[in-house]
Amino acid sequence: MQAVWKLTALAILTILNACGGQSKSEREAEARFKNPYPSTYVPYPNAPVMITGATVLDGKGGKFENANVLIENGKITGIGTDLVSPEGVQVIDAKGRWVTPGIIDNHSHLGAYPSPGVDAHGDGNEISAPTTAKVWVEHSIWPQDPGFTRALAGGVTSMQILPGSANLIGGRGVTLKNVPSRTVQGMKFPDAPYTVKMACGENPKRVYGYGQGNTPGGAPYSRMGNMAGYREAWIKAKAYKGKLDGAKKGGAPDRDLEMETLAGALSGDILVHMHCYRADEMAQVMDMSKEFGYKVAAFHHAVESYKIADKLAEYGACSSMWSDWWGFKMEAYDSVKENIPLVHNAGACAIVHSDSEIGIQRLNQEAAKAWADGKRIGIDIPIEIAWQWLSLNPAKSLGIDTKTGTLEAGKMGDVVIWSGNPFSVYTRADQVFIDGALMFDRKNPAFQPVMDFEIGHAGEGDRK
Amino acid sequence: MIRTLIVSLAALAAATTASAQIIALQAEQMWTGRELVDNGVVVIADGRITAVGPRDSTAIPAGAVLTRAKWITPGLFSALSQTGLADVGAEDSTNDTSAPGSKFTAALDAADGFNPDAVAIDVTRLDGFTRIAVTPSPTTSIFGGQGFIADTSGDLASRPLRRAFAYVALCEHGAALAGGSRPAAFAQLRAALEDARSFPGRYGAGDMGSAVNRTDAAALIPAARGQQLIVIEAHRAADLNAIMDFVEQNPGLRVAIAGADEGWRVAPRLAALKIPVMVDSYSNLPATFARMSATSENAARLAEAGVAVSIVSFDDPTHQAQLARQVAGNAVAAGMSMSKALMAITSAPAAIYGMSDMGVLAPGARADVVAWDGDPLEITSAPQSIYIDGKKQSLESRQTKLRDRYRDLAPKDRPQAYRKAPR
Repeated sequence: MQAVWKLTALAILTILNACGGQSKSEREAEARFKNPYPSTYVPYPNAPVMITGATVLDGKGGKFENANVLIENGKITGIGTDLVSPEGVQVIDAKGRWVTPGIIDNHSHLGAYPSPGVDAHGDGNEISAPTTAKVWVEHSIWPQDPGFTRALAGGVTSMQILPGSANLIGGRGVTLKNVPSRTVQGMKFPDAPYTVKMACGENPKRVYGYGQGNTPGGAPYSRMGNMAGYREAWIKAKAYKGKLDGAKKGGAPDRDLEMETLAGALSGDILVHMHCYRADEMAQVMDMSKEFGYKVAAFHHAVESYKIADKLAEYGACSSMWSDWWGFKMEAYDSVKENIPLVHNAGACAIVHSDSEIGIQRLNQEAAKAWADGKRIGIDIPIEIAWQWLSLNPAKSLGIDTKTGTLEAGKMGDVVIWSGNPFSVYTRADQVFIDGALMFDRKNPAFQPVMDFEIGHAGEGDRK
Repeated sequence: MIRTLIVSLAALAAATTASAQIIALQAEQMWTGRELVDNGVVVIADGRITAVGPRDSTAIPAGAVLTRAKWITPGLFSALSQTGLADVGAEDSTNDTSAPGSKFTAALDAADGFNPDAVAIDVTRLDGFTRIAVTPSPTTSIFGGQGFIADTSGDLASRPLRRAFAYVALCEHGAALAGGSRPAAFAQLRAALEDARSFPGRYGAGDMGSAVNRTDAAALIPAARGQQLIVIEAHRAADLNAIMDFVEQNPGLRVAIAGADEGWRVAPRLAALKIPVMVDSYSNLPATFARMSATSENAARLAEAGVAVSIVSFDDPTHQAQLARQVAGNAVAAGMSMSKALMAITSAPAAIYGMSDMGVLAPGARADVVAWDGDPLEITSAPQSIYIDGKKQSLESRQTKLRDRYRDLAPKDRPQAYRKAPR
């Protein structure tokens, strides 16, 4: 037993395949090895629903007036103006209201830095070393964070939880369905790929170089130290991956949590998400990824993406951006309010992200601000195209775009009915469906979840 | 005495910005700071508003330069921020919001650190805010120091109104600063005000006050005597009650509350004591144990109970005070009337600081006027022209210049560094 577990996933796979055919217990062992904390999420009961008469944004660029959306068995099964409602379907009259795919935030720390923000809850950064690819943020997430319910009320149906940005390599991120659950496993987006969080710039060098009151506190102390730190990790990871790839000849490497994550990133199984503000640093990182043969899925914060939007488009990385956050540190000083439309306009992938338990509640408004600022300088993007910043593009960056992110037939029934145009400050999410199940209803307290922490405290069950 | 000083400074400022040109603005909708007017007109001359009202009953003087807009409001008034005290938040050398190494607290005069050249001033103005109330941060005691009122013109000749209020942290924040408990924070507050009231009696032989040194005690005199507003930071309903107990025990003190995340639960008492509040109604999470019942309906509920509500954004006070406009729009979505929400970012904050000629469009008021391309509470709207003391303001900022430099990434003969405004 002990000996078997010393082998790696690939080694086991290879050996088992070589033997031809697997027993059930062998298959389970293999699955457990590759995915030791599997999702236990299954969609909640979901009677068929027909939403009628709405202005529908399908999330891939289409806008339909007076249209219907049909959700059956948790999936989108139809969208259009001439859709006939099947027998027995529940009809929701959405005349004058708007329907969109659920919002996906690809940068959240909910659960890892939960409310209340007491000392005991600081689980978002493993700052014990500059490179901690071994940690998995899902092991920090407190599913009772009331922030999840507020995000739900803001129309967020899925999100990526990331470790913080103190470290050069901060650990694995995880993609969740925004459903309340007793366990993190009960929230995990089924079969979503893992991600790994990396960070450029000021944070790692501040935390490690100037940390603990000592100068120098340790490496990295500078941006060149940052780059050296990543490169050293990738060199080790390449060697480790080489051993994994050659495992069929025997000699599988010892298990190494750090290396398993990085080797997964090199093989493309684990998606790289990198906190990076400055244009010149993003350019360095794109070259580094070519040096080692991996790909950056998205640069996060990306305050200067507008300066190299053409290069980002050519490379194929998304930029996860705020509409207007700026100035809190030097690398955020060159923010412009048109960053998002400028990136979009250059043909690069633009995403609106929050990095905030407050911002996640109104990502539609953040998109609207950027959209309007773009319009004022002549970048006139139809609202149905701009919605890609909120659902489809983040879904792409997380490798879940074949399952959610648009209202296409066969995709998950992750749907929001808005009280009006979601690019207005006065609009609210009326109803939020996840896999076709009504999980939030602004007008019906029965569909307004209250987390354990709020029970028995002042404000329990209040309108939030 | 302080009030007299403020009034004379105000008169001086108005005099220096006088201009002969008459400006008229006309819009489909106008918010005067007190009421909504359809098809309104405002007339400006010599840095002051000379007329305001509906178009059909308000004469536009011959020769006036007329601007048409969708909406007109007074210049927005940022009720509380640290705009102009920092260039880059995390760079201590540029950040004058706090002084962890200073021996002084209540005497720290934030206006000494005000920088009209800070990029945040332009960014704040470009979102329609023409006046800002700015506070230092408490760092080594519950006393942050002296706050000021400034305009957002970025004009070095425009002087801030100093010592407009004293800032005090109570609740969790004050407890931590005072030695570890809420009682310690209240003890420090009571003792320091006593020191100030008996000044200079206790200080005959040096720094012998019971709570603060000679300089800080002297700085607290106007606040202790009810001649200066004390802005107190607190959130928990029980803390707000404790503050109201304190106010009742010390009649004559002038107090406003900053934060008040649980204010809605003690709203009738706040209203009865006429204590104005400055709330960030984005706060709807139990972010701390002092905010368990925070709700986005806080502003609406407080206003409904008759409390004078100003709306702020506390997320990043040095750089993002202007987000108060979006917070106000969201407060409407959370049940506040549009008038109350507009009031909360115009006349209500001006009234807290006794600036009766700001935050309103009224004859004689300072000509701080913003013309908008749409509903001023709407996130897709923006100012199309801005006046401060009757002077038309630039709509440029470092941000708009960077944007223009990188608007077109197509290769040119020379790199972006050569794209700049002519000297």
